[in-house]
Amino acid sequence: MSSEHAPSSTSTSGTPAVEVRALTKSFGAVRALDGLDLTVAPGEVHGFLGPNGSGKSTTIRVLLGLLRADAGRVRLLGGDPWSDAVTLHRRLAYVPGDVNLWPQLTGGEVIDLLTSLRGRVDRARRAELLERFDLDPGKRTRTYSKGNRQKVALVAALAGDVELLVLDEPTSGLDPLMELVFQQCVREAVARGTTVLLSSHVLAEVEKLCDRVTIIRAGRTVQSGTLHELRHLTRSNVRVTTTQPPGAIRGIEGVHDVASHAGQLTFTVDDAALSQVMTVLAAAGIGNLVVTPPTLEELFVHSYGTAAAARPDAADAAGGAR
Amino acid sequence: MTTLAPARERAVRTAGPAAWAGTAGLVRHGLRRDRVRITVWALAVGGLIAYVGAAIPAAYPDQAALQTRAAIMTDPSGAFMTGPGYGLDDYTLGVMVANEMLGMVAVAVAVMSILAVVRHTRAEEEAGRADLVRAGAVGRSAPLAAALAVLVVANAAVGLVLLGALLVVGLVPADSLALVAGAATVGLVFGALAAVTAQLSAHARTASGAAGALLGLAYVLRGLGDAAERGGSVLSWTSPIGWAQQTRAFVDLRWWPLLPGVGLCALLVAAAFALAARRDVGAGLVPTRRGRVDARRALLSPTGLTWRTERATVAWWAVGLGVFAVLTGSLAQGVVESLEAQPALADVLGGGAAGDVLSSTLAAFLAFFAMAVAVFAVVATQRLTREEDAGRTGVVLAAAVSRPAWLGASFTVTVVGCAVLLLAAGLGLGLGAAASVGDAGLTPSLTLASLAYLPLVLCFGAAAALAHGLRTGAWWVWTLLVASILVGLYGPLLGLPDAVQDAAPFALVPRVPAEALTARAVVVPTVVAVVLVAAAGVALRRRDLTA
Repeated sequence: MSSEHAPSSTSTSGTPAVEVRALTKSFGAVRALDGLDLTVAPGEVHGFLGPNGSGKSTTIRVLLGLLRADAGRVRLLGGDPWSDAVTLHRRLAYVPGDVNLWPQLTGGEVIDLLTSLRGRVDRARRAELLERFDLDPGKRTRTYSKGNRQKVALVAALAGDVELLVLDEPTSGLDPLMELVFQQCVREAVARGTTVLLSSHVLAEVEKLCDRVTIIRAGRTVQSGTLHELRHLTRSNVRVTTTQPPGAIRGIEGVHDVASHAGQLTFTVDDAALSQVMTVLAAAGIGNLVVTPPTLEELFVHSYGTAAAARPDAADAAGGAR
Repeated sequence: MTTLAPARERAVRTAGPAAWAGTAGLVRHGLRRDRVRITVWALAVGGLIAYVGAAIPAAYPDQAALQTRAAIMTDPSGAFMTGPGYGLDDYTLGVMVANEMLGMVAVAVAVMSILAVVRHTRAEEEAGRADLVRAGAVGRSAPLAAALAVLVVANAAVGLVLLGALLVVGLVPADSLALVAGAATVGLVFGALAAVTAQLSAHARTASGAAGALLGLAYVLRGLGDAAERGGSVLSWTSPIGWAQQTRAFVDLRWWPLLPGVGLCALLVAAAFALAARRDVGAGLVPTRRGRVDARRALLSPTGLTWRTERATVAWWAVGLGVFAVLTGSLAQGVVESLEAQPALADVLGGGAAGDVLSSTLAAFLAFFAMAVAVFAVVATQRLTREEDAGRTGVVLAAAVSRPAWLGASFTVTVVGCAVLLLAAGLGLGLGAAASVGDAGLTPSLTLASLAYLPLVLCFGAAAALAHGLRTGAWWVWTLLVASILVGLYGPLLGLPDAVQDAAPFALVPRVPAEALTARAVVVPTVVAVVLVAAAGVALRRRDLTA
């Protein structure tokens, strides 16, 4: 069902930083991943979107070699994440969504530990990051809030020079100011040539940072492509005032949700019908026209709506065995 | 004048019925959480006493035999470890239980109480769950009140099972009840003390550690008091455990020594509530120290990290085993005298040759300490599973650390920890014995001999590592260890067939230093341990990480 929507992946040079094909993973009777696809090109910031329990963290744990794939092809930086874990991990850094640290160690000690276990440390950048994230490295981690524990993991990940950052909902405990710092740091890392896989359900963050996104649901990929491409899959919002009533608008195929209020007409339109709409509007005399692209939220809802509609088997399963 | 109003209002709110809202629900919740723990504690303490009640008459068939045991307790070091020594002239099972077992039972019940109270108060706050609870219609005093209610139920449950055990082995009801009441009073006092320390420190470990240290002090104070004078001296009366022992159960029963415990408990509870009402949720009254802003080089490896998180545990075990070993060693002369009077008992301790009773007795003691170190080996290795469940192992393995390297680092620390503990036990035993019999040569020989048990002890740690690798749970390791200890300790006593006794792991190592160490005793367990750890590494590489 997703194949008809899936745009051709953008052509990139070199092997993908992450390449996942038809990945499945079950925990007992529960099938957490059910044929998931994910491709992250080198140098891009890739948004990994999905509701809670859709399999984002499971996919990342497979990529880190913490879980073993049941079936499917998984390649990370050109290697096998299960058998080449140690060599691959020298080239990446990971920030979990729920950061658990050793309660008796201080934040500074944990940062040094994690960076040195990976290999490369940049003392100057460590100091700079502590400053920017406003983190006190002398406190023991058991006294940190969730946000501060997350900062420890972020500083440890960003302080080294790595090829790939694997970030699993890294900002869930950060305040808006710190989210801005985080976004800046990610952009700087990308400028240094780092590839970023960013799992999130904070859509604003994904819109600001990501070149491409993959949307998953129930362990399967629903959509994948650039934000630009994905936006074509759904309708633009139009708000227009015209000198004469553009009566023919309602008759155009691809125009939906028409409503008029105080002389202003609003509707949504498929991209394919845009030129026909413009002809009709121009004939009616445009006073004011605003066309807005769909927000990521609308995209998100749209993706899940079509996916659910296209999966009668899911409805059957929900209805119980007959 | 106006500033008084809010203060008065706050006082009213703190003291009013609203402060207790939700207590009943929290008590039900707490008991539900603890039902298995409380049952296990009750069965363990009751079972120990029932076992002693059955084993003592078998080991000491007549009054003369019992009197040799009493003779050990007249020795100051015997009194230090056990009790004030009432009724030593006519030692019966009841007198023996009151004199030797009550202190131990009281400590066990106190440990249970401390852990229970801290678990339901400070640990909940530290984990952040208390915020969730207090955000409901739950009063300021309700969590502490509920924790204390759980404390009372836990002590009552242990007390009832203990009373049942005492009655089953045929002891007098009134004196049995006094003994149970004494133990429960100690439990309540230290539970209430933990309620106070839980208010002072922001961390559960510190809170239970402080209460535990005071429990240790209480045991030492009554020990010093009892050692100074038959029937106890002033120092005995400074300790809650001393109060329980002063009821003279099974000798000349009196109830009033329990009153100070009840009073102290009430004072501590009042103090805990007063402190709880004056502080913020999650905050302690003693501030937390700042630590290093960067790591020492020694921390920056899997082994360094594991050592850092475990060194305090190793240190506490070393101090505990070392002190206990000194005390045990100092009993040497008394044991030798009583064994010379009772040759049948010498067989129990494995020493047949009359000329070398001392040496074989100390060797048997050393074997007992090796068993304790084996328990440490399993507990320490189980850290791997705890770390994984807490989600910290994933953080390490997401860095450039392989699973075998992580397992190897942990096992290295276990090896070092076990060696330290064996040396501490051997040194303590040697020092105590050397002082007791005046032979300085005992200290180096026992210290060195202790290391003979290292490979064997590590076998149990390696088995626990395999349990972690396979993620089977450690129940089979514990079964194996407990069975080995029981056969090793009580095999001779229970008259088990020689084949069974010889097959038990602790029979593999000769009774060093009384007997010569064999190559087999070193090689066989070393090979077994290496094979088990290698298998654990392979198993760990093949499975998913759970958290």
